[in-house]
Amino acid sequence: MTTSRRIAVVSAGLRQPSSTRLLADRLADAAGRRFAAGDVDVDLRVVELREHAHDLTNHLLSGFPSASLAQAIEAVTTADGLIAVSPIFTASYSGLFKTFFDVVDDDALEAMPVLLGATGGTERHSLALEHAMRPLFTYLHAIVVPTAVYAATSDWGAEGDGDGDGVPTGLTRRIERGAREFAELVAGREPRQAADPFAVPTPFEQLLAEN
Amino acid sequence: MQFGIFTVGDVTTDPTTGRTPTEHERIKATVAIAKKAEEVGLDVFATGEHHNPPFIASAPTTTLAYIGAQTERIILSTATTLITTTDPVLIAENYAKLQHLTDGRVDLMMGRGNTGPVYPWFGKDIRDGIALAVENYALLHRLWREDVVDWQGRFRTPLQGFTSTPRPLDGVPPFVWHGSIRSPEIAEQAAYYGDGFFHNNIFWPMSHTKQMVGLYRRRFEHYGHGPADTAIVGLGGQVFMRPNSQDAIREFRPYFDVAPVYGHGPSLEEFMDQTPLTVGSPQQVIDRYAAMRDDVGHYQRQLFLMDHAGLPLDIVLEQIELLGTEVVPVLRREMAAGRPAHIPDAPTHASLVAAAGGARDATVHADDDVTGRTAENAEAGR
Repeated sequence: MTTSRRIAVVSAGLRQPSSTRLLADRLADAAGRRFAAGDVDVDLRVVELREHAHDLTNHLLSGFPSASLAQAIEAVTTADGLIAVSPIFTASYSGLFKTFFDVVDDDALEAMPVLLGATGGTERHSLALEHAMRPLFTYLHAIVVPTAVYAATSDWGAEGDGDGDGVPTGLTRRIERGAREFAELVAGREPRQAADPFAVPTPFEQLLAEN
Repeated sequence: MQFGIFTVGDVTTDPTTGRTPTEHERIKATVAIAKKAEEVGLDVFATGEHHNPPFIASAPTTTLAYIGAQTERIILSTATTLITTTDPVLIAENYAKLQHLTDGRVDLMMGRGNTGPVYPWFGKDIRDGIALAVENYALLHRLWREDVVDWQGRFRTPLQGFTSTPRPLDGVPPFVWHGSIRSPEIAEQAAYYGDGFFHNNIFWPMSHTKQMVGLYRRRFEHYGHGPADTAIVGLGGQVFMRPNSQDAIREFRPYFDVAPVYGHGPSLEEFMDQTPLTVGSPQQVIDRYAAMRDDVGHYQRQLFLMDHAGLPLDIVLEQIELLGTEVVPVLRREMAAGRPAHIPDAPTHASLVAAAGGARDATVHADDDVTGRTAENAEAGR
C-alpha cells in the first residue's frame, strides 16, 4: 500500500550555485530513492534560507513573519521529516541557519526525524555537526539520525566508488547511510499531527484547576 | 460601535527634531489627548500601564481620575491593566473608586505585560504569566461580586472576611476586556467569563487576529453566553493621515524608519501591507478599517494608537481631530450598514445596570469598627 510523507529541506547556503544546496539535494535524492523503494510517496518542500534572509531579520525586529516566511516555517513545522544543511562558519552553523530555527516555535520540531548535513572548506570543521548542530536539534526535541553528513571542498572531487565495484565510498557512502537511517525512521513512524492550539484550547476549568 | 484612542505612554524622541519630551510634558500630553478625543466625539480613551522607563504610564487610575474630572462623556479604559503583577485587591479598590468618581464611565482591559524584569520587581515570575492572570482575575471577579470574600491561592496572602471597598457603583462591576496577542488561554478566559476580548493587532497580520478572535467567539458560545457572533470583540489600529496620501507617507516615514517599535525592520510599505498601520488619506483609513469586520465579524470597539513613534503633541492632536471629524463619522455609518439587529454594542455602565434590573446601592455598612462588628455581621443583621 502506498503511503506518503512530507519532507522539508532547509538549506542555508549563500552562493548560487551553493555546495550546501548541492549536499541538501544529494541527501534528498538518496532519501527519495529509499522512500520510493518502500512505496512511500514523498511531498518534498525545499526552503532556501537565502531567499528569506531579509524577512528573518524583519521577523526578529517586528515579531511576526512575512507571508512568504510564514509559508517556509509552515513547510518545516508540518513536515514528517527534515533535512537541514548549513555551511560551517566560524566553528558553527551560519547565523542565517540559526536565525531560522530561532523564529520557529520551541516545540514545533518535537519528535521530528532530522537528517543533518554541513559543508565547509576543510574537513577539519566536520565535528561542528556534532558539537553545534546536533545539540541545537536535541534542544528542539527532534530525533536526529546517527549519521550526519559533512562535505568538505575536497569531497566533491573524490571518487564516489573508489574501485569501481559498485560499492559507494567516501561522501557518497555517508550520504547513503544517513539517507537510509532517515528514510527508515520517517517511514516507520505515523505522519506527524501538527498541534493547532486554536482548534482545541485547554478548557478554562482546567486552567483554573491547575492553579 | 465604539471608537477611541489608546496610548502606551512612551517617551520617544522626535527623530525629525532630535527633541525628547520630558516626563512632565508627556504626562500632560496624555491628558490633552484624552480631552481632545472627547472633544472630537470619540467614545473611549484608554491608557497603558508600565513600570519602567521610557514610559510614564504608571499609576493609571490617577491619570484616569484626573481626566475623568475634566471630561463629561468619554469612557475611561486601560490598555492594559497588569493583572499579573498588580494585586487584584488594589485593582478592585482603585477601579471601583474610579467608577464612583466618574459616574460609571470606566471599563478595563486586562493584560499580562511582556517586560520580564517587571515581574520580579513586583515579586512575581514571568513564567507564571498565564497562571497569574487566571488566579488574579478569578479573585478580582469575586471581589467585585461578593461583599465578603474568603479566599486562598498561590500568589498572594489569603483573605478571610475581606470586603473590597468601595463596592462597585450601583452594584455593577466595570465591564472587563481581556487583551492578548498570542495566547489562546486568554481568549479562553474571556470566553469563559463572557467578558470582552481585545486583540491588539497593531504588529500582527490579520490572518493571526482572525484566528484569535475566531477562537474567542467559538468558546464564548461554548460557555453559553450566546451565539458566537454576539461575543464582544475589540481591535487595535494605528494611522497617520494627510488629505493627500503621498504627503502622509512623506511626513510619517522619518518617524517610522527609526521608531523603537517600528524601525530598522520591515519597510513602511511592508508594514502597512502586513499590519493595520495605515498611512494615507482619511478615505484610505476608512476603507481599510471598514473592511476589518470582513475578517473578524461585526465587532464592538476600535481603538487607535495615535501618539506613536515620537510624533509631537500638536501633530497628534491634529491627527485625532482628523480621526474624529473625517474618519469616525463615516466609519460609524459604514459599520452600522448591514449590521444585524442582534449584534450587541459593547456593554456600558448604563447597559449593565439595566441588565441587572436597575441600580442598587451596594454599600456595605460596618456599624462599628471599634468593637470589631464586621461587614459580615452587618449583612446578617440587615
